[in-house]
Amino acid sequence: MKTKFLTALLLGSSVLGFAGVASAADVSLNVESWRGDDLAIWKDKLIPAFEAKNPGIKVVFAPSAPTEYDAALGAKLAAGSAGDLITCRPFDKSLELYKKGDLADLTKLSGMENFSNVAKSAWTTDDGSATFCVPMASVIHGFIYNKDAFEKLGLKVPETRDEFFAALDKIKADGTYIPMAMGTKDLWEAATMGYQNIGPNYWKGEDGRLALIKGEQKLTDKDWVEPYAELAKWKPYLGDGFEAQTYPDSQNLFTLGRAAIYPAGSWEIGLFNTQAQFKMGAFPPPVGKAGDTCYISDHTDIGIGLNAKSKNADAAKTFLTWVASPEFATIYANALPGFFSLNSAPVKMEDPLAQEFVSWREKCKPSIRSTYQVLSRGTPNLENETWVESANVINGTDTPEVAAEKLQKGLDSWYKPAK
Amino acid sequence: MAAASNKPFRWHIGVFLAPAVLVYTAIMILPLFGTLQLSLFRSVEQVQTFVGLANFRTLFGDPNWSFNFWNALKNNVWFFIIHMVVQNPIGVMLAALLSSPKLRFTAFYRTAIFIPTILSFVIVGFAWKLILSPIWGVAPDLMWLVGLKSLFTPWLGKEQYALTALSLISVWQFVGIPMMLIYAALLSIPEEVIEAAECDGITGWSQFWKIKLPLILPAIGIISILTFVGNFNAFDLIYTAQGALAGPNYSTDILGTFLYRAFFGFQLQVGDPNMGATIATMMFLIILIGVCFYLFLVQRRLRRYQF
Repeated sequence: MKTKFLTALLLGSSVLGFAGVASAADVSLNVESWRGDDLAIWKDKLIPAFEAKNPGIKVVFAPSAPTEYDAALGAKLAAGSAGDLITCRPFDKSLELYKKGDLADLTKLSGMENFSNVAKSAWTTDDGSATFCVPMASVIHGFIYNKDAFEKLGLKVPETRDEFFAALDKIKADGTYIPMAMGTKDLWEAATMGYQNIGPNYWKGEDGRLALIKGEQKLTDKDWVEPYAELAKWKPYLGDGFEAQTYPDSQNLFTLGRAAIYPAGSWEIGLFNTQAQFKMGAFPPPVGKAGDTCYISDHTDIGIGLNAKSKNADAAKTFLTWVASPEFATIYANALPGFFSLNSAPVKMEDPLAQEFVSWREKCKPSIRSTYQVLSRGTPNLENETWVESANVINGTDTPEVAAEKLQKGLDSWYKPAK
Repeated sequence: MAAASNKPFRWHIGVFLAPAVLVYTAIMILPLFGTLQLSLFRSVEQVQTFVGLANFRTLFGDPNWSFNFWNALKNNVWFFIIHMVVQNPIGVMLAALLSSPKLRFTAFYRTAIFIPTILSFVIVGFAWKLILSPIWGVAPDLMWLVGLKSLFTPWLGKEQYALTALSLISVWQFVGIPMMLIYAALLSIPEEVIEAAECDGITGWSQFWKIKLPLILPAIGIISILTFVGNFNAFDLIYTAQGALAGPNYSTDILGTFLYRAFFGFQLQVGDPNMGATIATMMFLIILIGVCFYLFLVQRRLRRYQF
C-alpha cells in the first residue's frame, strides 16, 4: 500500500514537473557565475529587461561561491551539466576552458564590434585570432581624494607628479590628515593600487605592456623601474605603522576622514559612497609634465561566454548580443558603480564619482595590468612576485633597481618571448 | 599447541578495532601514500607521467624553488625554537604554580589559560592583528600608558620581527597544552615521595628540581614531540595573519604556507599538485626524522618510575 502510494506520488510529481516545462514552452538559459552579490541586479533589472525584448527566452542566473566557482564549473562542464552561459574569469583560466573546447568561439558574434582590442584582450587567444567571451566590466585605477580636506587646505587637484608631491607635502605639513591611505601588510595594495596604478604613465600603457610580452623591453628598463622609484618616494606620506596596515585599515582610514588621498580602484566607489560622510573626488595618476599623454589602467575583470555544448546556442547568442549592447552596459554600470562597461558606446552613469573615473577614458589611453596576460603563467609567478617586491620597495627592503632585477630574473627563468 | 587450538578465535578484537582502523586508513594512510605517489609524477600535457625523483631535483636544484624551500625551513626552525624556549618552560612554570596547594582560584586560572587553545586560529589571528594594529590596536595605547610607546613598532609588518611576533602569538594560544599535561603529571606524583623528600629536608625549589622535574621529564618529552609535529605542520595562523604570501618579503613563510601556495596556487599562480606533494613529502620526512630521533635516542634514555 505504502509503495503504491509512493509510486503514485512520484509519477504524479514527474508528470506535473514535465507539465511545468511544457507549459513554459520557452528556451531557458542558465547563467553560471561567481558573482552571488549581483543576484538581485540580475533578477530585478537585467533579466526582466532582456525578457521583455525577447519573449520566448527565459534566463536563470545561478551563481556559486567565488572560491568554489572554478572547481564546480570544471566538474559541471566535464559532466555536461553546466549552464548555457558561463561567466568568464579574465585570461588564463578562461583561455584554458576555450582550449579544452568548453567555450565556443564568439569572434563573429554580432555586437563584438562594440569592443576595442584592449577590452577583448582578456578573452582572446594569444595570437589574437579568436575571442571567446563578451567583455562585461572593467575596473579603473586612480586616486580618490577627500574634497573637504582639499578645500580646507586650499589644494587643487594635481595633474603632474610635481604637483602631486607638492600636495602631499602640504597635507603632511598641516598634520590634520594622513596624506595617503595605503599599507603594505597585504602586499597587493602596494602592487595593484601602487605599481599598476601609476605604472602605465611610465611604460606608456599598451606599448610597454606588449613590448614586455614580446621581449623587446625588460622590467629592468627605465620605464619599468621608475614607477618603483616613485613608490619608494611615497613612504614618508603613508600613515604611522603602514607596514602593518591592512587593506580594510586603509579603506577605513579614508572613509573615516583621517586620510586625504586614497590610491584606489574604481570598485571602491560603491562602498565608499555608503560609508564616507564627506564629498569625494578622483583624479587619474599624475603625468610627468603638463600636456603629456596620460595612460590609465582599465583592467578587464568579468566577461561572459557560451558553453560549447549548449543545446540552446542560438538563444544564448541572442542573449550575448544583448550583453554586448549599450542597453545592458547602461543597466549594469549604474547598478554597480565602479564596474565599468567595456562597451565603446559611451554609457550614461548617475554616480558622479563613477562618471569622473570613466571620463578619463576619453582623454587617457587605457591599458590593463601588465602582469596579467601571459607573464604570470610560470613559476615564479610574476604577479605574486610583483606584490612582494612592490611592498619591499615601499618598506625600503629593496631599492627599485634590485626589485626590478629580481623580477626580471624570475621571469627569465621560465619565460622565453616568441621571437 | 592443543591449548592454542582450544582457544576460540577472538573475533571481537577485530570487530572493535575495525572502525578505527578503517576510518584511519581511509582518511590518513591512503592520502599519505597518495601524496607520496603524487610527488613522483608530473603532469605532462595533462597526463600524469612517472618522473622518478625529478620533482625533488627541481625543488632542490632550481634556485626559484630551493630558495623558497630553505627560507621556509629556516623560518620553521625558528618558529619551533621559540616554542621550545618560551612555550614549554612557561607551561612547566604555570603547572608548577597551579599544583602548589597554597594557590587559590586554581580552577579559574587553569580554565583561563587553557581557553585560547580551544579558540579557532582565525579568531586568534584576527584578534592579534587588531591588538597589534598601529591604527586601532590597544597595544600602542597600553604601551603609552606605561611610558613605553617608543618601543612600539608595527611588528607584524616588519621583516625582522614578524616571525617572532607570530611565534609568540602561537605560544600564547597553545601554552595551555603543556600546562595541562605537566599539571596532570605533577598531580600524579604520590604524596609519599614528596613526604619522604620533606623528611630528608628537601623542600621548595630544590624539591622541584630534584624530585618533581625528573618525574615529569617523560611528560616534557611528549610535549616537545607534540610541539615539533605541530610546528612543522603549522599553517593556519600564518595564513590568517599574513596571507598566503607570508609577507613581508616571505619573512614568515613556513613549510605549510609554502606547500599551500605550491599545491593550490594563489591569485594568478596556478596550483601544481605534484610540486605541492613533493613539498608535503619533504615535510613528512622532516617530521619522521624528528620523531625517530626522539623515539630512538631520547625516549629510551628517559628513566621512568613506577610507584
